[in-house]
Amino acid sequence: MDMELYKLTIHEASDLLHRGEISSRELTKSVLERIEATESKLHSFISIHPEAALKQADKADWLRENPNSKELHVLTGIPFALKDNICTRGIRTTCASRLMEQFNPSIDGAVVKKLKNAHAVLIGKLNMDEFAIGSSGESSIFPHTRNPWAADRVPGGSSGGSAASVAADQVLFSLGSDTGGSIRQPASFCGITGMKPSFGAVSGYGLIPFATSLDQLGPMCKDVTDCAIVMNVITGFDPMDRMSAKISHPDYTSYLKQDVSGMRIGLLRGWMEGTISGDVRMAIEKAAKLYQDMGAWIEEITLPHMEYAVSAYLLISSAEASHNLTAGKGMRMGYKEGEICELDELAVGSGLQSLGASVKKRILLGNTGLCNDNYEIYYKEALKLRTLIKEDFDRVFEKCDLILTPTNPDTAFLFGEMEINVIEMYKYDAYTVPVNLAGLPAVSIPCGFDSKGLPIGMQLIGRLYGEGALLQASYAFEQNTDHHIKSPVLITSTD
Amino acid sequence: MFETIIGLEIHVELKTRTKLFCGCSTGFGDPPNHNICPVCAGMPGALPALNEEAVRLAIRAGRALSCRINPVSSFDRKSYFYPDLPKSYQITQHQIPICEGGYLDLEDPDNSPEKGLYRRIAIERIHLEEDAAKLIHPEDRPVTLVDYNRAGIPLIEIVTRPELTSPEDAAAFLKELKAILEYLGVSDCRMEQGSLRCDVNISVRKTGSRKPGTKVEIKNMNSFREIQKALEYEQERQKKLFLSNRSHEIISETRMWDSRQGITKPMRFKDEGRHYRFFPEPDLPPIDLRSSRTLSWLEENLPELPGQKRERFVKQYGLSSYEAGILTGSRALADYFEEVTAYGVRPGDASNWIITELLRLWKPSEDRGSPVRSRSLAQLIRLIDEGRISRNAAKEVLNDMHAAGREPMDIIMQKNLIQVSGQDEIAELVEAVMADNTDAVQEYKAGKSKVFGFLMGQIMKAGRGRVNPNIAGKILEERLKG
Repeated sequence: MDMELYKLTIHEASDLLHRGEISSRELTKSVLERIEATESKLHSFISIHPEAALKQADKADWLRENPNSKELHVLTGIPFALKDNICTRGIRTTCASRLMEQFNPSIDGAVVKKLKNAHAVLIGKLNMDEFAIGSSGESSIFPHTRNPWAADRVPGGSSGGSAASVAADQVLFSLGSDTGGSIRQPASFCGITGMKPSFGAVSGYGLIPFATSLDQLGPMCKDVTDCAIVMNVITGFDPMDRMSAKISHPDYTSYLKQDVSGMRIGLLRGWMEGTISGDVRMAIEKAAKLYQDMGAWIEEITLPHMEYAVSAYLLISSAEASHNLTAGKGMRMGYKEGEICELDELAVGSGLQSLGASVKKRILLGNTGLCNDNYEIYYKEALKLRTLIKEDFDRVFEKCDLILTPTNPDTAFLFGEMEINVIEMYKYDAYTVPVNLAGLPAVSIPCGFDSKGLPIGMQLIGRLYGEGALLQASYAFEQNTDHHIKSPVLITSTD
Repeated sequence: MFETIIGLEIHVELKTRTKLFCGCSTGFGDPPNHNICPVCAGMPGALPALNEEAVRLAIRAGRALSCRINPVSSFDRKSYFYPDLPKSYQITQHQIPICEGGYLDLEDPDNSPEKGLYRRIAIERIHLEEDAAKLIHPEDRPVTLVDYNRAGIPLIEIVTRPELTSPEDAAAFLKELKAILEYLGVSDCRMEQGSLRCDVNISVRKTGSRKPGTKVEIKNMNSFREIQKALEYEQERQKKLFLSNRSHEIISETRMWDSRQGITKPMRFKDEGRHYRFFPEPDLPPIDLRSSRTLSWLEENLPELPGQKRERFVKQYGLSSYEAGILTGSRALADYFEEVTAYGVRPGDASNWIITELLRLWKPSEDRGSPVRSRSLAQLIRLIDEGRISRNAAKEVLNDMHAAGREPMDIIMQKNLIQVSGQDEIAELVEAVMADNTDAVQEYKAGKSKVFGFLMGQIMKAGRGRVNPNIAGKILEERLKG
């Protein structure tokens, strides 16, 4: 077939594969060529594995040709990529950190196993902020991923590579991880659909943790249908992850209906009025209006403790990160600069010298928050706030089915723009962070473009395990708009 | 005069098949780093999954020690950097342990009514945690080796209140605790294999002093005897410092027991002032015992515990509390004793033979059964009872039974040890001995009654120990008078 196969969505490609009109090899080759043409400008990937990918594609084609195969799945033969903090057996998994640069896991993450069982085709591992700590991709030790819509802008973070690769049609879908917005914010910056599932919906086994009580893996896709397809594969209870939820997951594609009539959508308005960009506000107003036109009820809501969410988040996530990233890892991972003779030197030295500034900052903040009396003064207070924020959401969900907010107060910023003022960057997380603290599901979908031509994302937040309703409302919106179809015009190296 | 106050922290490895948070075997003595996986080796991305059997065993221990079992308890991370800790943190229970507030009754050694029969030692808490790896320091090389087989093996830590008042008390407490845990099947409590480890805190102060003494911690004891010795040494050391007005030299520190020199020494490395940065474990949900499935763990029947068994042995078998104490020292031994009596042996005889003879040959434990079957020992005792072999011959038979694993009759027949009880046969022997020892017979008749023993000895010798001494004695007496 002579078309740009890499541009396909999962459901489109799957139909063609199913009908035998294309092969997975053709699709995979197309994707690999696309990567070759764009990667030197984009830097979405940390590692690419073309040969292994083509082998998997051939296996998928063989399965498709074998009519008795029970192993066939919608994702069979579909090329995808993983954020580089998800362990892949025998494939280097770096967390974009010097510390882990040579780490070759002996395990596959639970999601990796599931995607392998579905015979999806792993293309490579994606760039990110170091240890998933960051909102711009700028803390990666590898060349920083660029925003496909504007090369001087960040793709967002920490799943920046995951978002950019999907937006630039380098893969059909990717997985990211979201601790405080790390799926949704880059999805919004790059104009794609990204979902953070409920806490416990997806097994975290094999995810190198940043802040375990907040981390959640999720799909990053070209549209809502693809999101539902990937959710069907990656969700489910896993005895290896005791925090994964013992619930039965529905067929998420069954929610892809253009119907929101009677749905009650809470609109968070007024909050952060001064800091939110005019373009973003307008896009959200328009989205609310569209929902109203489609038959949904829009209600204004408040979340009184939301303004404290970022502070609580910083304390809790840093405390957890300080344990997760302690020096022992440094010793085992074996990074060292020069000769190290003493154990203490190895412990402190190798860990600290190889970590980037933002990770160090988090470890220091986390340790400080847990030491002695600070545990009561800071950490425990943060936990109380977390409870209050959960209760805020509970109250809202008594009268609403969903909450509508912008994903971020503004669109993608410039490289280096936030370096001077980290607090400013944290503000970008103000809408996404409370969702992680409450363990709720949320999705970011494209809802327009600002005056600079950059994509705007809107966030829908659902009840715990209410991914179905989220997908339904997202799908209805998407089917009545065309933002998700627009692609960035990339200057490729062959041009 | 001085008062000594001792508190104990006891780590006990639980007898589970697999580790606390993964499926690796807990087997002892396997090749180094054989039983490891990404979870217990702390590889990034691996997650712990709680072994419920460990929870069940911890609850058993808690109930046997009269603790309150917390319906909901939780895990915390204790962070410190050391090569024996693969994750750089240990998963333990800090804030809410699984068991709290129990006690253990120690039998008073004097058993005097004024003192009461028991001394009650309060137990502060029992919590679950994972063991660290084992560090090995070979003597021939300047390296330290790490064996991660032990990393992640389930432990309970039992913490007493500082209520023990002497080194003997501490040893008695540990002995009783070990017996209880063995009875429950919670642990095999082998100090030599490290499945029971104990740190002690000791402080000494002048009697009547309000100020608590300075607490000193001692580590590195490998047996109950060493614990007692270390405590005795430390108690004396502190007393001496008091008496020479150098009590300020007693500082709060951790000291190492040096068993070779029999002294305690300050640890080279101080681990005070560590910030463990305790923090709730986000990878594991709390242990919730309120479900119908787990509730049954709280109601499981516990086996008869050593104290209860001891009391019963005294009442039911008429044993002294000393004997009952020895026989209930392990469940295997107590069961053995009851088996022997079940074959019709008088309890007193069974107890005697077991305590004075069998225990020379057998150190009872759960997986080391007696080398002499209970039925065989019962048979042997019956043969003595029936006068068919002498006590001395029986000891020899028992040794052979142990060595060769054969039945007593076999050995008796083969060695021709059947006791000679026939009047005529013995009379012949007596007369022969009297004929050979006319001088002694004369001396006896002249009033030197002591010679009787000598003549008896000669008779026994002539009969190669098989002569029934009672019958021989009677005949000798008759003949000497006659």
